[in-house]
Amino acid sequence: MIKKIDRDHHRFKQILRGRIRKDLKRYVTHRELLGRKGRDYVSIPVSHINIPHFRLDPRQTKGIGQGDGAEGTPIAVGPANGDGKAGNAPGEHIIEVELTLEELAQMLGEELELPNIEPKGKKTVITVKDRYTGIRNAGPESLRHFKRTYKEALKRQIISQTYNSKSPVVIPFREERRYRSWQDKQLPESNAVIFYMMDVSGSMGDEQKEIVRTEAFWIDTWLHFQYKQVQVRYIIHDAIAREVDQHTFFHTAESGGTIISSAYKLCNQIINDNYDPEEWNIYLFHFSDGDNWGELDTNECFDILESSLLLKSNLFCYGQVESPYGSGQFLYDLRERFTGEDKLILSEIQDKDAIYDSIKQFLGKGK
Amino acid sequence: MGLPAYIENAKKEIQKIARDYGLDFFDTIFEMVDFDQMNEIASYGGFPTRYPHWRFGMEYDEMKKGYAYGLHKIYEMVINNNPCYAYLLRGNKPVDQKLVVAHVYAHCDFFKNNIWFSKTNRKMVDHIANHGIRIRKFIEKYGAQEVEKFIDTCLSLENLIDIHSLFIKRTREQDEQEEDSIKTIAKLKSKDYMDSFINPDDFLNSQRESIEKQKHKKRKFPEAPEKDVLQFLIEHAPLKRWQQEILTIFRDEAYYFAPQGQTKIMNEGWATYWHSKIMTTKVLTDAEVIDYADHHSGTLSSGTTRINPYKLGVELFRNIEDRWNKGKFGKEYEECDDYRKKKKWNKKLGMGREKIFEIRKFYNDVSFIDAFFTEEFCHDQNLFTYHYNQVENQYEIANRDFRAIKQSLLQNLTNFGQPHIFVEDANYINRGELYLKQRHEGVDLKLDEAKQTLRNINKLWDKPVHLETVINEGKTILSFDGEENYERELIE
Repeated sequence: MIKKIDRDHHRFKQILRGRIRKDLKRYVTHRELLGRKGRDYVSIPVSHINIPHFRLDPRQTKGIGQGDGAEGTPIAVGPANGDGKAGNAPGEHIIEVELTLEELAQMLGEELELPNIEPKGKKTVITVKDRYTGIRNAGPESLRHFKRTYKEALKRQIISQTYNSKSPVVIPFREERRYRSWQDKQLPESNAVIFYMMDVSGSMGDEQKEIVRTEAFWIDTWLHFQYKQVQVRYIIHDAIAREVDQHTFFHTAESGGTIISSAYKLCNQIINDNYDPEEWNIYLFHFSDGDNWGELDTNECFDILESSLLLKSNLFCYGQVESPYGSGQFLYDLRERFTGEDKLILSEIQDKDAIYDSIKQFLGKGK
Repeated sequence: MGLPAYIENAKKEIQKIARDYGLDFFDTIFEMVDFDQMNEIASYGGFPTRYPHWRFGMEYDEMKKGYAYGLHKIYEMVINNNPCYAYLLRGNKPVDQKLVVAHVYAHCDFFKNNIWFSKTNRKMVDHIANHGIRIRKFIEKYGAQEVEKFIDTCLSLENLIDIHSLFIKRTREQDEQEEDSIKTIAKLKSKDYMDSFINPDDFLNSQRESIEKQKHKKRKFPEAPEKDVLQFLIEHAPLKRWQQEILTIFRDEAYYFAPQGQTKIMNEGWATYWHSKIMTTKVLTDAEVIDYADHHSGTLSSGTTRINPYKLGVELFRNIEDRWNKGKFGKEYEECDDYRKKKKWNKKLGMGREKIFEIRKFYNDVSFIDAFFTEEFCHDQNLFTYHYNQVENQYEIANRDFRAIKQSLLQNLTNFGQPHIFVEDANYINRGELYLKQRHEGVDLKLDEAKQTLRNINKLWDKPVHLETVINEGKTILSFDGEENYERELIE
């Protein structure tokens, strides 16, 4: 049974969602606010909706309590952040809102004005979906098409001249009933693979990794929303590159020099072995502080990019995270070399707050 | 759906006992609901047929979570109506249900007999259903968004009513009569040479002045400060017809719910007094005593930072009954300063029961506390005031001074804890702007909310609105001109 309250409850949740959307930038940069719930859900804390009234300032009215204790005995702790904004009664309200990742991605898309991605390649996977499109003469009562049924009956009455416009009572016969019917519709779907490459050389600190992690989370969320099937591969590199699982990718602490070409080579290798560019939408993300080992290697990187990676992928995104040690030269070199290259997107990420814009740069092209 | 037999029987039994004790209530219809229905009904303030709005969804969300996490559980709900409606939670223990039934009858008695409820609509169940239907019609006609937006605005003004206006006829006819009489200076008859003695100059001057004042006053609108801000807005704000109707609905409902806020301590105290009296003297079986005690003590538990109205109310009723039984009142008792003698004071008057029935008829929380909250009682209850210590980030006991406690209690209760706001001038600086004034009684307004509320009033009034208030002991005018909030000090 549908309860009356469900409608109001639904509307309330809608309003909360609206608030999340308004505040999305904060949630994007502070990923720690999001709690993961199971595979498909996240929970987001939203401050309580307060209806403003003329009301007395609770800080100025004294509270009254009951119990033992002398003057000055503490009875309750203040608000956790202790910003002095406390009321006279303890307890501020936070509501946890649960969202599916899909909804979150949708919000991200709308807020960042991300275009939907137009997939390339062959339509590989076919899904089947029921669509109510047709009308039949038989079917379950729950699918009865009222208007059509009525029309049939009306037609009969008019033809047989029993229709009385003064008292227009139209009663359909059984054979006049019409029902909705469905058809299987086949929807083509495309596949995508994301490669994350990260520089884990000594110059990449925890803060830099956190930025990469946050950005990767949102990119993931968006691409998962765009493609039904997304595979994710992780590559880390310092002087040599290797493929790792997600946990290692985000948690490993390596050190050593930086040879970027090693990662590109490995990536190219994996693509050649597993993903035919004709059939796969390939996304490459590389995060580094831009401190490569010499010009020679940089040139090698360019070669690989030019001859294979850029050709095979939908997008190649290079995000340069600012670190106190890195020179950041790689970004400038790339920019110089590939001016006007459509598939290559460069982004400088100075700090957490820049993540928002960086995501927009990366995904704003709709490729 | 009918009640289970055991509740039906308990109901009959308890009803009879209650009537024998002198409780006098409307017919009461009990209904069993499960917890989810209970939450739903409670979200609508007891009226499942109320108009649709998200804030009920918000209440529901909170209650649902509260219930799921075991933070609270609603045992009962009573609706002030004739007949009374009461909801029982399905699945409670029989002894809980009996307790609740007894509790409910006492509430009904209070609704029926307390004078502050005498003007409430006793057909509110039907009335609110009609409100719901009307608002739904508006939604169909003007669109859900439009109506919701307007309701959001109204919600902000809900508390701007004058609870006393139901009892006093604030006449305006009188003023009209006065109009003619003040036009000329009244001179006493006298001979010329006596004139300066019989009608001395300063008398004439003072009269002239008061006439000037009267004339000036007449130009003011409203003539006297108007506390029923909602009514004023309904009558004078440039509203569309449907908006006027919605605002009227809000005002109706606000007045219906107001007495419940005004008598929270008394009403709960009264109900608790009677459920405990009825249960412990007549109804409880031996096997039920433990469960009863458990539930009852749960009802009366008090947190350190919050006064439990059930507890304060019932203790005060019992205290009064005891005092009037023993004659612990009046001049002789007050003036006795022998503590031991006072403690043993017993004149065996036996007037206690009679007294508390009288109190339940004529008092509300403010007058109840004001009249009967004594120093002795305050100490017995172990009460204290507390405040926030910013340095330590904690709440601490401030003191146990009787005066301070009583003052805070009353402060929290007066105008049921709401600020007093009046319409002072609806043609401010002759530009049709609205000028409101807070009668400041020592506590400032919550500033951020006050500013937002002004915005909402502006939505109704359409022209700039102002509120005269006090911030940190300085008179201040808050204004909103349709685009921005202003704040300026008022220099007199």
